[in-house]
Amino acid sequence: MNLIKILKNAFLVVMFGLIVTACATKKSVKTTDSTTSTTKAAETQKADPIEKLDALMQGDVYVGSDTVGELASGVPDRVFFATNEIILTTASRETLRKQAAWLRQNSDVTVVVEGHADERGTREYNLALGERRANAAKDYLMTYGVSSDRIKVLSYGKERPVDSGSNPLSWSKNRRSVTVKAN
Amino acid sequence: MKKSLFLIFLIYSILKPSISFSLVEIDITRGNLDPMPISVSPFFSDDVSVNKIKNILDIDNLGLEISKVIENNLVKTGLFDAIEKEAFLQKPDIAHLKPRFEDWALIKSQVLITGKVTHKIINERDYINVEFKLWDVLGAKMVDGFSLTTTPRSWRRVGHKISDKVYERLTGESGYFDTRIIYVSEEGPKTQRVKKLALMDQDGFNTKYITLGNELVLTPRFNPADDKIITYMSYFRNMPRVYIVNLQTGEQKVVGDFRGMTFAPRFSPDGKKLIMSLAKDGNSEIWVRDLETNIQEKLTDHPSIDTSPSYSPDGKLITFNSDRSGYQQIYVMKSDGSNVKRISFGKGIYGTPVWSPRGDLIAFTKLHKGKFFIGVMRTDGTGERLLTENFYQEAPSWSPNGRIIIFYRETKSDNDGQGFSAKLWSIDLTGYNERLVKTETDASDPSWSSLLGN
Repeated sequence: MNLIKILKNAFLVVMFGLIVTACATKKSVKTTDSTTSTTKAAETQKADPIEKLDALMQGDVYVGSDTVGELASGVPDRVFFATNEIILTTASRETLRKQAAWLRQNSDVTVVVEGHADERGTREYNLALGERRANAAKDYLMTYGVSSDRIKVLSYGKERPVDSGSNPLSWSKNRRSVTVKAN
Repeated sequence: MKKSLFLIFLIYSILKPSISFSLVEIDITRGNLDPMPISVSPFFSDDVSVNKIKNILDIDNLGLEISKVIENNLVKTGLFDAIEKEAFLQKPDIAHLKPRFEDWALIKSQVLITGKVTHKIINERDYINVEFKLWDVLGAKMVDGFSLTTTPRSWRRVGHKISDKVYERLTGESGYFDTRIIYVSEEGPKTQRVKKLALMDQDGFNTKYITLGNELVLTPRFNPADDKIITYMSYFRNMPRVYIVNLQTGEQKVVGDFRGMTFAPRFSPDGKKLIMSLAKDGNSEIWVRDLETNIQEKLTDHPSIDTSPSYSPDGKLITFNSDRSGYQQIYVMKSDGSNVKRISFGKGIYGTPVWSPRGDLIAFTKLHKGKFFIGVMRTDGTGERLLTENFYQEAPSWSPNGRIIIFYRETKSDNDGQGFSAKLWSIDLTGYNERLVKTETDASDPSWSSLLGN
């Protein structure tokens, strides 16, 4: 009789343990999912399906085509950055090589590289960050044969967003450097 | 020797107004306390003065208006509670002459302010004379007062000066009401924001626009040694540079001749130097320029972003933020750039350090887990205290007495960009008494002046 009771209790304990671990695993799987796919995005992006966002952002760098204009036909005017970063992605380098090639062919053109930050930082720091981003793009253009006196940099910090939303996708479009013809 | 010291002490204690023994006294170092009930009686005027002042200012009852300025200032501190004027039992003129203290005690008033406004003509020009008295109702005596003569148009400032006197007498701290705030006025959609420099009295009145909005302007700051002088950053001709403006003459000049963007300017406490950042070739460093000798000097030398510098009130130290550790953190160095020490070690990112005018604290902006905080820490980084949390807020600026911090706060916009706003807010050092500071337009980047000179 006692033995049965003990066995029964042990069974219950095991069952309970299983349920708890099951819950825990499920939970942890869920969190890793959302952190990898949308980084800090999750909360504000409830309306947007996660898959759609995933296609527009890699890490938190914008890879879509919305807001992207042209410096010249077939030459995109801008590149995007990760939060707080100035590193040029593979796609960004490709864009800048296209810009450099076009600028080499059109040697009378001078440009301004405008550097921008998203709204999630203090104003003064963002001015400095925008300047770093613009210079990262300028340096790359120079590496590909555009002379420095044809490229001016101008940081706008967070003062001139292209997308006025307060969500991770909007912010990713605003972390950018844009090459603009100056003459 | 001992005897004479004793005598001096005795004489001193007789002459010195009995601040510490006074019944009416407020301890403002504590957070929430019961506000002290006060009555601000409308200041009275004789009939001749009423008519003259009405002709000059088009105000029916200037005495009443001045009492409202004082009442509004004191109530906004959170330390005072104004008793409704309808409850007053005594007429303003009689109360000013000699209050019946029982009448004021009956309506639970601990403090009474009375006054008189008189029109005067001096050298054929119009003036007003304003007399004010501060009464301790429970102690049944007058504890302070003054009389001053000024141009009629300065009547609000008279109200502010009286408020300062009352605040000083009752709290033992210097006041902050006769001050102005310079800020950036904002209008239009987020992607094409039009920004202008704007100047207003501390209580939101007398707003003046200093620029027209043709170019982007940012981060105006008062010279703490001269309230007529400000510095700010402008994108005039697409050349983002630091400027100094004389508000009285309108004269404006670019600071230094730098190849690169200058930003984040602040005056030294004596107003003789300007510190700022220079961004060049992807690197931001902190520079100082002596405004008398025009000698400029680089203070930091690091490939990271060094910006938002702010002097200690004795001018010997500078606090700034740098991302040399990987993220924005707060540092302190000597004013010659030596001895750089990191002081912020809490979780999160720290920016915009601003040294308190008292010298003991540094106010900052902090970003942690997607939220922005305004906080204070001691100058060695210990004792961090977060005063307010929100979606976005930054740019703290201290009231001249170091009791209140003004900053700006932005609201979140939805996916269509709707719902965005930028407003000025103030909060006590205690973390209590958070208030919206009313402005005619949206506003950001506030800077609080010192107590105004003449």
